[in-house]
Amino acid sequence: MSVLAIVSIKNGMPTKGGLEAASYAASHAEAQGISAIALVAGDINGDGGLGATGVSHVLQFSEAITDSSQWAKLAAAAAQEHSAIAIVASHDHFGRAIAPRVAVRLQAGLVAGVTELPTHGSVRKNVFSGKAMADVSVSTAVSVYTVTPNAFGIKNDSNEAEVQAFASEIGTARESVTGFDTASADGQVPLPEAELVVSAGRGLKGPENWGIVEDLAKALGATTACSRPVSDIGWRPHHEHVGQTGITIRPNLYVAAGISGAIQHLAGVNQSKTIVVINTDPEAPFFKAADYGIVGDAFEVLPKLTAAAKELMG
Amino acid sequence: MKILVCISQAPDTTSRIAFTDGDKAFDASGVQYIVNPYDEWYALVRAIELKEKHGGSVTTLTVGEAVCDPIIRKALAIGADDAIRINVEPTDPMQVAQLIANEAQGQSYDLILCGKETIDHNGSVVPAMIAEMMDLPFVALATTLEIDDGLAKLTRESAGGEENVEVSLPLVASAAKGMAEQRIPNMRGIMSARSKPLNVVEASSETSTDVDKFTLPPEKGACKMIDADRPEELIRLLREEAKAI
Repeated sequence: MSVLAIVSIKNGMPTKGGLEAASYAASHAEAQGISAIALVAGDINGDGGLGATGVSHVLQFSEAITDSSQWAKLAAAAAQEHSAIAIVASHDHFGRAIAPRVAVRLQAGLVAGVTELPTHGSVRKNVFSGKAMADVSVSTAVSVYTVTPNAFGIKNDSNEAEVQAFASEIGTARESVTGFDTASADGQVPLPEAELVVSAGRGLKGPENWGIVEDLAKALGATTACSRPVSDIGWRPHHEHVGQTGITIRPNLYVAAGISGAIQHLAGVNQSKTIVVINTDPEAPFFKAADYGIVGDAFEVLPKLTAAAKELMG
Repeated sequence: MKILVCISQAPDTTSRIAFTDGDKAFDASGVQYIVNPYDEWYALVRAIELKEKHGGSVTTLTVGEAVCDPIIRKALAIGADDAIRINVEPTDPMQVAQLIANEAQGQSYDLILCGKETIDHNGSVVPAMIAEMMDLPFVALATTLEIDDGLAKLTRESAGGEENVEVSLPLVASAAKGMAEQRIPNMRGIMSARSKPLNVVEASSETSTDVDKFTLPPEKGACKMIDADRPEELIRLLREEAKAI
């Protein structure tokens, strides 16, 4: 018996979501007294740091795969060959496309977006856009879990995993990838996996004023984001929109400047561990959801914060 | 082009979230339901735009009981041609996907569009399950979708950016922000929605997961206010107290 993590690879290394899935699989396996295995497709540098997450083996398929149907065939074959009682993937673009297909192939119950390890046959996930949690139990012998980004840490032991070739019949690809655009600015961590986020709204008055937001983000090593109105009027790109209808994030730190905190915005950010709100209006609803607040003008406060952050971070 | 759009109802974003039946069920009393925003703003509107451009039809499909009829009428008012409701209470993603796949199988849809997730259960897994059950290609989290002579050209979220991908129809895709803009139904749409067909289908289903208990998150403590003239104090607290940086 085993727990199988399915891990996406980018430039020869697992993605952050892949490392989180492997860490979750290893912890779940350890609690059951069984071993954890990771499955990758394509080239990987050594064990890609997957051994450090606690998996004992890395199964490597020889070619990179983008087609979710092919990935699912591969993962289901590996799960069956290694008698997996659970299959774990990240709850991002990768896991959302592949894990449900694996669940169908294995006729396994799936719990999407888990935030904690299963206990007593039940596993916790966020529901109602972070406004509640649900404990969900699976009634099938095999379970599939997708792990919410930034909810479960990455384990970092000194172990090395053994990389083994793994082959299976996966059929032909039905999609072809014709191009790739980097969505985020140079050097920024992609928004869904960012641990530090600096965000701004209409209070910034115009796209030409975003320099002070970017400066603070740079000083902190954070990723920039924005509110819905700002992306709707085209001041900032759609992929920066966090909120109910944009991206849901769960960073360690969310700094919001010039955002009043409409309930739709909160739904996308209320799982952040620490929230800082900067607003000229002391009655802004966002202060009720914040850990730290500054009543003040973003145009004055942000540069001062940047200077203080630079001093602290060196 | 024959397009199927899967839509579900979700509590309005401003709804009070509370639970009943020993915290095993959502307390729907006094809750206003809306079309799940991802299904409406992105999947449904894009489907209607594609129909306007290429001709064909847009059918909506909902798994749910009669309580869902108002949001189905809204989808018809926005511009869908007809609607199917599978008269089963949805409780589990595999169950919902199986009901949809069974209904869609053999109906020769060129495109099955879903919103990327519902705002209540936040699962985001039904579209890929439908694709697997129907042995169709699937594109997750699509931000653009064009159809060109039987070939779908999409942009999708990917690690650190967006990928362009091409797939032959038929196809299942889940729609994210960028796919389309919200449409407000006009009076003519609202009037005509009343007479558009809403077919109710009976079906049976099995589930593979159960919610044991819902819990509300702990109340947030009071917000600590910091003087606007001393932002360095905030940076210090973020490091020493919150340990966030």
